[in-house]
Amino acid sequence: MKKLRVLAGALASAVPALALAGYDVNIPAPKTPISLQIYGLHMEIMYVCLAIFVVVFGVMFYSLFAHRKSRGAVAAHFHENTTVEVIWTLIPFLILAVIAFPATKTVLAMKDASNPDMTIKVTAYQWKWQYDYLNDGLKLYATLSTPREQIGAPDAHGKVTNEHYLLETDNNVVVPVGKKIRLLITANDVIHGWYVPQLGVNQYGIPGFIKDAWFQANEPGVYRGQCSQICGKEHGYMPIVVEAKSAEDYAAWVKEQKAKQAADAAPAEKVSLADPVVR
Amino acid sequence: MEASHAHAHDDHHHAPTGLARYFTTTNHKDIGSMYMWFSLIMFFVGGFMALVIRAELFQPGIQIVNPDVFNQLTTIHALVMIFGAVMPAFVGFANWQIPLMVGASDMAFARMNNWSFWLMPPAATLLVGSFLVPGGAAGSGWTLYPPLSIQGGISVDMTILAVHIMGASSIMGSINIITTILNMRAPGMTLMRMPMFVWTWLITAYLLIAVMPVLAGAVTMLLTDRHFGTHFFNAAGGGDPTMFMHIFWFFGHPEVYIMILPAFGIISHIIPTFARKQLFGYSSMVYATASIALLSFIVWGHHMFTVGMPAAGNLFFMYATMLIAVPTGVKVFNWIATMWRGSITFETPMLFAVGFVSLFTIGGFSGLVLAVTPVDITLHNTYYVVAHFHYVLFSGAIFSIMGGAYYWLPKWTGHMYDETLGKLHFWLTAISFNITFFPQHFLGLAGMPRRIPDYAPQFTEFNQISSIGAFLLGFSQLLFLYVVIKCIRGGAKAEAKAWEGAEGLEWTVPSPAPYHTFETPPQFH
Ligand code: HEM
Ligand SMILES: [Cu+2]
Ligand SMILES: [Cu+2]
Repeated sequence: MKKLRVLAGALASAVPALALAGYDVNIPAPKTPISLQIYGLHMEIMYVCLAIFVVVFGVMFYSLFAHRKSRGAVAAHFHENTTVEVIWTLIPFLILAVIAFPATKTVLAMKDASNPDMTIKVTAYQWKWQYDYLNDGLKLYATLSTPREQIGAPDAHGKVTNEHYLLETDNNVVVPVGKKIRLLITANDVIHGWYVPQLGVNQYGIPGFIKDAWFQANEPGVYRGQCSQICGKEHGYMPIVVEAKSAEDYAAWVKEQKAKQAADAAPAEKVSLADPVVR
Repeated sequence: MEASHAHAHDDHHHAPTGLARYFTTTNHKDIGSMYMWFSLIMFFVGGFMALVIRAELFQPGIQIVNPDVFNQLTTIHALVMIFGAVMPAFVGFANWQIPLMVGASDMAFARMNNWSFWLMPPAATLLVGSFLVPGGAAGSGWTLYPPLSIQGGISVDMTILAVHIMGASSIMGSINIITTILNMRAPGMTLMRMPMFVWTWLITAYLLIAVMPVLAGAVTMLLTDRHFGTHFFNAAGGGDPTMFMHIFWFFGHPEVYIMILPAFGIISHIIPTFARKQLFGYSSMVYATASIALLSFIVWGHHMFTVGMPAAGNLFFMYATMLIAVPTGVKVFNWIATMWRGSITFETPMLFAVGFVSLFTIGGFSGLVLAVTPVDITLHNTYYVVAHFHYVLFSGAIFSIMGGAYYWLPKWTGHMYDETLGKLHFWLTAISFNITFFPQHFLGLAGMPRRIPDYAPQFTEFNQISSIGAFLLGFSQLLFLYVVIKCIRGGAKAEAKAWEGAEGLEWTVPSPAPYHTFETPPQFH
C-alpha cells in the first residue's frame, strides 16, 4: 500500500513537472503565431487533465486507502445511481466543449494558406528535400550535412560532440522574417513529412498530390526539424533547417544564390536522387 | 500433471492424447490454453525485437542494427504484438471463459474453433520468418503505407498473406463467439444480466467482423498494386496513396478498441471481486461499451490530421474523437465507484486492475491531447504517440491480460499461484513500464520523430532512461512465465470459488474446471 502511494505520488508529480518545467520537457519554444496557439492549447489541455487527474485519482486513492478490508471496511451494497451517472457524463462533455472552441479557431487559421507573401514548393525525395522559391525563381536541394564518419561513431563516452548532429543540412531553407510563407508540399517517391515543431508545421508530402501549409516566423533564427513520416532506410537522415532572416538579409541571400545558380545552372539540375548516407 | 489425469477421466470421447490431442481438439479449454501459450510466446518474440530497438536507441549513432533492419524490427514488433500477442490472448480468454461464464458446454462451432487457432501459427511463421528472406522483413511500419510498402520485397507479400490468415482466424473466432453468446446462454441469463466480459467480447466480435474484411481489402489492393499492375494507390495511374490511409484507419481505429474492450471486461470482473462489491453502473457500462464501439467507426481521421484534409474534415474528426473520451471516462468513473466503500484487498489481479485504471487513464489523457488537431499536428509521428499507445496498450491491454491470467489461473490450473512472486511481478512491471514510457512523452514534445534509428544529441538522456526501463520491463516478464509454470505444476489447492468476492457461473464448477463443464445447462439466478 505504501508503495502504491509512492507510485501515485511519483506519477502525480510528473504531470505538473511536465506542465511547468522548461522547454526540455515541453513543446519547443513556439516561433510563429500558429505554433504559439498550439503551445497554448497544449497547456490548456494539460491543466484540464491535471485537474481531472487530481480529482479522480484523489478519490480513487482515498478509497483504496480508507476502504481496505484490513482496516475493517465492510462493503456497501449500492451499485447504481442515475443522477451521479448523468452528471459525470455531462461534465466531461462540457469540459471538452471548452477545449474544442479555441481548437476550432486554430484549425481554421492553420488551414488558411491564402494570400501568402511568398510561396515555396517543397518536394521530398528518398532522402532529400527540394525547395523551389516560386517568387524568386530559386531552386535548391537540402541534404544531411553531418559527415558520414560521425554517424555510428559517438566518442568514447557515448557522447556526440557535434551539437547539430543529424539536424544540419548543406542548404538551409532561408525565409524572410514576419512574412506569410506558403508551402506547397509534395513528394516524388514515397510519403514524407515536412515537420518543424517551432514553426507549427507538420505536413505529409504525398506523391502525385500537392498539399499546402503555411508559417510566419516571428523572429530571426534557425529552426530545425526532421522528416516525420517513415520513408525507408534513411528516414532518420533527412533533416530540415529553416533560417529566418530580416528582409535585407533575405534579399542579399537571394542575390547571392542567384549568382551561384547562374554560375552553375546545369550541374544543379543533375543532383542524383539516391545518395545514401549510411550503408 | 495430476490435473491432466483428472481431465482424461472426465473425457468420455476417448480423445487422442499427447500432441495429437492438441492438433485435433475441439475442446474450448484446450483451445483457450493454446491461444494463451501462443500469445505468450509471441509476446516474448515481439519483446525481444523491442529490446533490440531500445538497445539501438540507447545512444545516438548506429551501433547494433543498420537502419533497414531497424525499420523491419519496428514494423514486425508492432504486427507481432497486435496480431500475435494481444488479440490471441483475448481470444484465449474468450475460449476459456465465455462458455464457463454463460453456462455453455463448449463454443458453438467447436471444429471451426480448432481451425481458428491452427491458422495462427502458420501466419506467425510467415510474419516472423520474413526476416530470413532476401531483403529482410517489411520495413514500412505496421501501417504498411504505400508507396513505401510497394517498394518492399517478397517479405511484404508474406506479411500481407499473414494478415489475411490472421484476419480469417479472427472472423471465424468472432462468429463462434457471437453464436455462443447469443444462443447458448444458461436459462435465466438475459442479455442485460450477462457478465461484463461476455458483453465486451460480444461487441468486440462485431467490431472484428466489421473491420477485418476492410483490412483484407486494403492489403489485397496493395498486393495487386505490387504484382498485377493495378494503381489503386498510385497517383500516376489515377490512384491515391491517401485512400490507403483512409481504408487502413477505418480498420485501424476500431482495431485499437478491439484490443481494449475485452480488457475493460476483464477489469470489470477483477475490481468487484476484490472490492467485494457489485460492479457499479452495469447498464451504463454496457451502453458506454456500445457507444465507444459505434463512435470508433467515425474517428479514423485522427490518424491523418497531417495528410492535409479540408478544415471541415479535420474538425469533424477532432470533435468525434473528443466525444469518444466521454464514454471512456464513464467507465473509469464506474470502476472507481465500484471500489468506493468496498472492502478492498490487493491480491495480484487487483494490483494489475488498479494499475490499469491509473495508467490507462494517462493514456486516455494523452489521447485527448492528440485528439486536438492543432496539437496533434505538432506531435504526430513523434514519440508522444509512441508513449500514448503504449500507455493504452501495455498498461491497458497487457495489464488486463496479466491481471486476468492471475485472476483465473486458479480456475484453469486448480492451484493458487505464488502471491508473493505475483506481487513482485506487478511492481517490477508497473515501475519499469513507467520508466520506459513516461520519458517518451518528453521526447515527443521535444520533437523526436518515431521510427528513427539514430537521433540528435539533445534526445539522449530520455532515450537512455527509456532503454534502461525497457530492459527491466522485458526481463521482469520472465518472472511471469515462472509464476505461471509454477502454478501449473503445483501450489495451494484452489477452491471452486477461488476468491472470496468472486461472482459468476465459472466459480460454481470445481477448480481446475473439469474437461467438460455444463453439459446440462445450469439455472442462472
Ligand atoms: C480517450 C481515448 C483515446 C483517444 C482520444 C485517442 C486518440 C488518438 C489519436 C488522436 C491518435 C493519433 C496520434 C497520431 O498519430 O498523431 C492515436 C493514436 C493511437 N492510439 Fe489512441 N486514443 C484513445 C485511446 C486509445 C486506445 C484505448 C488504444 C488502444 C488500446 C489506442 C491506441 C492507439 C494507437 C495504437 C495509436 C497509434 C497508431 C499508429 O500510428 O501506429 N488509443 N490515439
Ligand atoms: Cu522520412
Ligand atoms: Cu485511433
